[in-house]
Amino acid sequence: MADKPVPIAEKRLMDVKLGELTSWATTKDFSPNGIIAAIRRGHDRYYNKYINVKKGGIGGVAMLLTGYVLLSYVWEYDHIKHDRWRKYH
Amino acid sequence: MTLNFFDQFMSPTHLGIPLIALALSLPWVLFPTPSARWLNNRLLTLQGWFINRFTQQLLLPLNVGGHKWALLFTSLMVFLITLNLLGLLPYTFTPTTQLSLNMGFAVPLWLATVIIGMRNQPTAALGHLLPEGTPVPLIPVLIIIETISLFIRPLALGVRLTANLTAGHLLIQLIATAAFVLAPMMPTVAILTTTVLFLLTLLEVAVAMIQAYVFVLLLSLYLQENV
Repeated sequence: MADKPVPIAEKRLMDVKLGELTSWATTKDFSPNGIIAAIRRGHDRYYNKYINVKKGGIGGVAMLLTGYVLLSYVWEYDHIKHDRWRKYH
Repeated sequence: MTLNFFDQFMSPTHLGIPLIALALSLPWVLFPTPSARWLNNRLLTLQGWFINRFTQQLLLPLNVGGHKWALLFTSLMVFLITLNLLGLLPYTFTPTTQLSLNMGFAVPLWLATVIIGMRNQPTAALGHLLPEGTPVPLIPVLIIIETISLFIRPLALGVRLTANLTAGHLLIQLIATAAFVLAPMMPTVAILTTTVLFLLTLLEVAVAMIQAYVFVLLLSLYLQENV
C-alpha cells in the first residue's frame, strides 16, 4: 500500500530517507528563535519522559549529570591532553 | 602528572564558547518550575519542600522589612549550592572558584544593605559603628576599627567563598595525584592516601553546602542590622 506523499519539511527525522537528508536539513529553522524553540522542545521531551513522572527516581537527573560530565570532558580535552605520563615534560 | 595544579581553575573555551557559560546555566536546568498540578513529581516536591524550609529558617530573625529579600536570598542560596556541588563532579568547571564572580555577588548585595540602612535609619546605622559600653577614651579608635570592619565585609564574603572552594579543589587534586603516583611503588601507603582522599571528598561536599549557606546567612545578618 503506497503512503500519501508528504511534504518533506513535515517529516520526522526517522522517516526521512537518506537521500533526502540534506534537503530536509535545509528546511529547518536555524534562526535564534528556531534554535531556542528546538532546545525547549528537546527539554520538554526529556523532562516529561524521565522527571515529570509519578515515581521518578535518581535516573533522570543522573543521566543529565553524566551527560554534563562527558560534555565537560570534551570541552576541556585540549587542556587535559597535556596531563599525560611523560619522561620529560 | 598535571603540569600546573592551578590549571583546573582556568576558564576553558571550546570553539570560542567558554565552559563557564554552560556551567552557569546548568542550575537553571536542574530545578524545574512548579506546575499547576496539586500533586507534582518527586523532584518538584522535594525542591519545594527544601525551598520552603530554607526560607522559613532564614527569615526567622528578620523583621517584616527584610522579608522583601526572601526571593533573592533563597535563589542565591540555591544557585551557590548547586554551583558548588556540580563542581565536585569530574572534569567540571566551578564558577565560584573565580574571585570575580564571588565579588560580583558580594559587593552589590552588601552595598545594598548598607545603603538601605543609611537611607531608612541613618542614626541607627551609624550607631552600629560604636558598640555599647565602650570606655570613653577608646571611642575614636573603635569607630575607625568598626568602619574598617564594615568595609572589609564584602571582601571577606567574596574571598571566603573563593578560598574555601579553591583550596578544596586543590587538595583533592594534590592527594589524588599523590595516591596515583604512590600506587605502583608503595601500595599500602597508596591505600591510606586513597582513604584520605575519600574522606576529603566527603568534606568537600559538606564544605560546598556550608559555604553557600554561610554566604547567604551573613548577608541576611547584615540586612537585619540595617533594615
